[in-house]
Amino acid sequence: MSEIDRVRWHCRRGMLELDLVLSRFMDAVYGALAESDRVAFSKLLEYPDNDLWDLVSARAEPEDLDVFEILKQVRAVAPKRAAG
Amino acid sequence: MGIPVRTFDAVVVGAGGAGLRAALQLAEADLRVAVLTKVFPTRSHTVAAQGGVAASLGNSEEDHWHWHMYDTVKGSDWLGDQDAIEFMCRKANEVVIELEHFGMPFDRTESGKIYQRPFGGHMSNFGEKPVSRACAAADRTGHAMLHALYQRNVRVHTQFFVEWMALDLIRDAEGAVLGVTAMEMETGEVCIFQSKATLFATGGSGRMYYSSTNAFINTGDGLGMTARAGLPIQDMEFFQFHPTGVYGAGILITEGVRGEGGVLRNASGERFMERYAPNAKDLASRDVVSRAMATEIKEGRGCGPNKDHVLLDLSHLDPKVIMQRLPGIREISMQFAGADPIKEPIPVVPTAHYQMGGIPTNYTGRVVAPRNGNPDAVVPGFYAAGECACASVHGANRLGTNSLLDLLVFGKAAGESVVEDIKALPKSPKDLPKDAADYSLARLARLDGQANGEGVHEVQLALRRAMQDHCGVFRFPDMLKQGVDKIMEVAGRVGRTEIKDKSKVFNTARIEALELDNLVEAAKATMVCAATRQESRGAQAREDFPERDDANWLKHTLWYRDGNRVDFRPVHLKPLTVETIELKKRVY
Repeated sequence: MSEIDRVRWHCRRGMLELDLVLSRFMDAVYGALAESDRVAFSKLLEYPDNDLWDLVSARAEPEDLDVFEILKQVRAVAPKRAAG
Repeated sequence: MGIPVRTFDAVVVGAGGAGLRAALQLAEADLRVAVLTKVFPTRSHTVAAQGGVAASLGNSEEDHWHWHMYDTVKGSDWLGDQDAIEFMCRKANEVVIELEHFGMPFDRTESGKIYQRPFGGHMSNFGEKPVSRACAAADRTGHAMLHALYQRNVRVHTQFFVEWMALDLIRDAEGAVLGVTAMEMETGEVCIFQSKATLFATGGSGRMYYSSTNAFINTGDGLGMTARAGLPIQDMEFFQFHPTGVYGAGILITEGVRGEGGVLRNASGERFMERYAPNAKDLASRDVVSRAMATEIKEGRGCGPNKDHVLLDLSHLDPKVIMQRLPGIREISMQFAGADPIKEPIPVVPTAHYQMGGIPTNYTGRVVAPRNGNPDAVVPGFYAAGECACASVHGANRLGTNSLLDLLVFGKAAGESVVEDIKALPKSPKDLPKDAADYSLARLARLDGQANGEGVHEVQLALRRAMQDHCGVFRFPDMLKQGVDKIMEVAGRVGRTEIKDKSKVFNTARIEALELDNLVEAAKATMVCAATRQESRGAQAREDFPERDDANWLKHTLWYRDGNRVDFRPVHLKPLTVETIELKKRVY
């Protein structure tokens, strides 16, 4: 539990866009990830906020191939319709 | 007592722009400084600031700090303190050039000077015509600023405590601040940070609104700690809103969308802006559009099952126009509303962005609170800067690019004040009261022991809904009255939150419960002061009191947690060296 909590906290960012997308990913996908994908996700979280947002919103592609696959999964998480 | 005590000369809480700028000043003076931060410093919300930082460098055309001062006083709707505004505008060039020397990659002119661009509300020659005053690093000014300041701090060995959450201020019987209690997230352990100076740079409390542009970390932690320590918070009724944030997410949709022909519609599909602004329609000014949206929602013409938003419709536009001119907007709408604007409208709602109020300080960054008839009495050992503080330079309304300037100028000034004050103090810090940590420990014990309580997310949602519905961009008397009761009811529920997971290690549920304890204090202050202030000024727009009322309300509100009480302080109308900028109607 605490490891997931730690990763979830590292999804707390300075930009709201990232807070929303990353928390969506944590809720929908992270629990079922293989260990290697979890490592890759943690690596992705090391990117500075603006660079990470460019990657997530597909305005940039990563140079680091280790994060390439996990990034595809983050991009693919469907938006949640606002409740209400 | 058994609680570990760490002793420093100064403790800074928060590591965004203001905290980093202050810490740098302290570390360069060879003080032992600890910086506590919930997240890694470069992930602070300052990173989201895009526009730039204002300074009258005059690199592309003539400019003067006095003109900048005039714009800021006018922007504040005369609620800003003119001594603090003069101080900020005079210091702007110095702090921006310093930042350049720290390695900030400002955009440049062909001749190598810092490039400057125009920004809303910034004018030359006392309001005559727009002037280029904003210095930027592309659209990443905040990001670049944080990185430059962080690197500089690393160089001077500032000690960071990353993923630590401050819990409460420690004050002695005379009211002096002696440090904070804090919790390390990794272990859940509580520790006392004893210090001669405590400097808050904890940012804003924008998460109190259901629709907010603020990152999740902006929970008003400094405001909560200040209020619980018996000190007032000031002018919280003034919150800046954007008219069109994506409903349920808060991401902004630029006004350019309406410029390209996007129109706002209510639940029956009516283009309602035609009724409110027959000429400008959807292109009316930001406040007019926001008030119209709020009126539609209040009168039951909002969309969705809760009738709590309106629609921004672009579907009548040629898809090519949307693809070519508004690609970013389409991406945002699909990503955060699940709606492709080519086919369906974007749900939008007025969205909270920036808190003008905060912990009252003077222009040197020292926290003040009325005592023995002195409205400006300094609280010994306590300092604040940035969005959490209220110097007050933004008054009732902030100009764009003045927030990054605020955190640089007052981060530095507060740091300098600490250095100066510590010189006059004895070598060893004051003794801590025996019960220094008891209050925090009792709060934690309450949370761990709570049975039959409510979930944190449920209560947090109720808080955010109450603020959005009752204390939004346009304020109605009946809604405010009910809102005060509602937020007090929510506050009762905040006192009974329950967490299922009681583990010590990285327990994010506990952290979120503690954040809610802080957010609710900021929310109460905002609601109660909005209900108290019977006028419209800057960001406070009341349906029942549509005009500014200088005879009765040219004063700061101070909210005290004890007794849920509101008091007042005079506005400083006298600048440091120049003549007072006389009251006028604020028209552009």
